[in-house]
Amino acid sequence: MEYVSSLTGFRFDGRRPNEMRQIRGEIGVLAKADGSALFEMGNTKVIAAVFGPREVQNKSQQIDNQALVRCEYSMANFSTGDRARKPKGDRNIISYSADHGSKYINTFDASFSGKNLKQIDIFLQVLQADGGTRSACINAATLALADAGIPMRDIVTSCSAGYLCSTPLLDLNYVEDSAGGPDVTVGLLVKMDKMTLLQMDAKLPAEIFTDVMQLAIEGCKAIASYIREVLLENTKTLECMRGS
Amino acid sequence: MKELLISLNQTQKVRLQAALQHLAELASQVSSSNLAVTVADTIPVNNEDGILKGHGTTEFDGQVVATLCGIVERVNKLVYVRTLRARYKPEVGDIIVGRVIEIAPKRWRLEINFSQDAVLMLQSMNLPDGIQRRRTAVDELNMRSIFEENDVVCAEVRGFQHDGSLHLQARSQKYGKLERGQLLIIPAYLVKRRKQHFHHLEQYGLDLILGCNGFVWIGEHAEPIDSEVLEDRDKIPKDKQRDTPLEVRRNICRISNSVRLLSALGFALSVEAIVDTAEASKSSNVDIKDMLGAEFYVQTAEREVQRRASLLRKKRFV
Repeated sequence: MEYVSSLTGFRFDGRRPNEMRQIRGEIGVLAKADGSALFEMGNTKVIAAVFGPREVQNKSQQIDNQALVRCEYSMANFSTGDRARKPKGDRNIISYSADHGSKYINTFDASFSGKNLKQIDIFLQVLQADGGTRSACINAATLALADAGIPMRDIVTSCSAGYLCSTPLLDLNYVEDSAGGPDVTVGLLVKMDKMTLLQMDAKLPAEIFTDVMQLAIEGCKAIASYIREVLLENTKTLECMRGS
Repeated sequence: MKELLISLNQTQKVRLQAALQHLAELASQVSSSNLAVTVADTIPVNNEDGILKGHGTTEFDGQVVATLCGIVERVNKLVYVRTLRARYKPEVGDIIVGRVIEIAPKRWRLEINFSQDAVLMLQSMNLPDGIQRRRTAVDELNMRSIFEENDVVCAEVRGFQHDGSLHLQARSQKYGKLERGQLLIIPAYLVKRRKQHFHHLEQYGLDLILGCNGFVWIGEHAEPIDSEVLEDRDKIPKDKQRDTPLEVRRNICRISNSVRLLSALGFALSVEAIVDTAEASKSSNVDIKDMLGAEFYVQTAEREVQRRASLLRKKRFV
């Protein structure tokens, strides 16, 4: 299949190869969570809720001088094209989410700062899946954590990039993602310029890989500047409403 | 912010927009020095020597960097970030309202919207009989007669212990169990530290406690009771005890709806603002249940604009 039109150079959904989908972030979407956010990348939509820092519920899990970060990731049954059947065994789901959870925790670990944090729970739910759910989840969690007032050394953002029709493509959607080409997901601490997540499930020559990764990094930076805009806007509104 | 789901019609939307616009303009006139930062923003310091980095800041590449979203505050050489939406950060002497979640040996554990549970020791509170003496094992067994689980309690922050736990104290008549009222939980940044956090609203017959931790208590006014009166009251059988009159209950609801409304709009809470809102609802014949409706929501925003504008004018006049 031709994922990039040889005639116009546009992709299926009319984007240029290095163009991102429209992103939108909203803070404070849930009333009962300490921090919450909704993040959209094109048709991918993720909701994140953060609880804590709070007392560790299971005392045996407590770690000294370190926050216990738990993360639960789930996809709504209605998030994909075909409605998912009800799972037969619960165990499958738990291990799946535990696995994913640890991935997100690894992504964030480097950015948490502050000594007396106790337990932080992050709940991520994919409402609509259209490729790049992992990136969207990380971005949503960043927004929600910042909203919850949890001190972080830096903002983590994530973006994916792929390589199809000998062109590096930024921010793959579902059609491009399921084409079977390489898909590089990058998580980045933007200010420190450190990578926290790098994932690829296919082979790529080294020099092309660098290009693709660089493209994903640029995507991360663009998302970071948008996220900071959203956060700053939110902070300003809250302060102005509060009055002096 | 999303506590209230209000559907506004087109005119109301326009009016609310205009009001919010006004508020933004007023805020920019009042203080232009307020600097809002987000996570990983660099805080400009003019390379003066001896800057003290306070809460919400860290150093990266020789620059001061914020780790929180909030407003930069400077006190002499200290630079820190004041957070807005975050959990409560206790300071010694704060008056707080909390909920008992556990009874442990010689102590109660209280949920106070802090990152850990607060501890109220048996020895740091006045006994009901009011006598100063050592706490005995019998007292320890009778702890549940003072506070039970899920009781709402008012206390004062005593300080942090060596192990990092937060201790409270309730060594006065004004502290203790709160009954016959409503507890509202609002974001802690909306309550400002004042000299007075206990308020007796005489015209309503209510007590209002604005806990620094964002727990607001609205209850029937209770006179601080002497020990003799307390003993007399215990003799009265439970079912003979007086119920809260309907009028007071209505007042409780009206005041708590004003609190809900102000916190949904994100306005700082003060007694004056709460009472003003309640009075305005009364004078314009708004039902208690309609106070959380769209029309009164917009009206409250507009009234706040006027209030702040007049404050600003007064300031300029002086």
